[in-house]
Amino acid sequence: MNMDNNTYRKFVKARAPKSPLAKDCFHAFLVGGLICAFAQALLEGFLTLEMTEENAKTLVPVTLIFLAALCTGLGVFDDIAKFAGAGTLVPITGFANAVASPAIDDKSEGLVMGVGAQMFTIAGPVIVYGILTSVLYGFCYWIWGMLM
Amino acid sequence: MDFIFSLIKAFAVGGTICLIAQILIDKTAMTPARILVLYVSLGVILTGIGLYEPLVSFAGCGATTPLLGFGYSLAKGVRKAVDERGLIGALTGGLTGTAAGIAAAAFFGYLFALIFRGHPKK
Repeated sequence: MNMDNNTYRKFVKARAPKSPLAKDCFHAFLVGGLICAFAQALLEGFLTLEMTEENAKTLVPVTLIFLAALCTGLGVFDDIAKFAGAGTLVPITGFANAVASPAIDDKSEGLVMGVGAQMFTIAGPVIVYGILTSVLYGFCYWIWGMLM
Repeated sequence: MDFIFSLIKAFAVGGTICLIAQILIDKTAMTPARILVLYVSLGVILTGIGLYEPLVSFAGCGATTPLLGFGYSLAKGVRKAVDERGLIGALTGGLTGTAAGIAAAAFFGYLFALIFRGHPKK
């Protein structure tokens, strides 16, 4: 079969599987949005109890982390994540899963180098880079305060 | 009615932040770990230059729940500590602001590692 480059490109494009981008994005938006809306509902709920606003705002991510770690332990987190993609990764649930999942899976390597060390394979870099940028920001903010 | 409205705002903003990450994953070769690192760092920077606080006031948990919000907590903790203690606050503030999240992840992660067995990857 003889084809020039252009025809070939069209030929391939017509047969390639359709980009899943739109579907992935919709799933991520839907699940990510639902998790955030759930977090907001939790916050409003906590605020009706007798607790300070600061404690309520702290308790929301703690609750989400608990639930995400529990779902990871039960084995349902991966199923949801497969559907949701970034929708479960980007909320704090993704961070909790990144900690709990290797901790559970690498238990056989021991409690210190298995659970203790592996739980930070992904969360470690996140914390390191977070601290790094926040220290730099703190330094800039301090300099700024001196100058003003 | 305010309650419903606050949920819708959280849904829309939180969902959009996740959608942007999904585009990055699909369109670039970024791994989930890189996305998380990027989002945390970006959260600190956006908060530092004053762009994130308005989003938090508008969307509440829609802005604080994504990992950008983790960066927001880091930056806010640092700013508070520098205000109170001077330069040393640049070192102490970040982890103070995020202590609950990190401690909860480590504690519950460990607890469930003791309780549950690993699941074979499908």
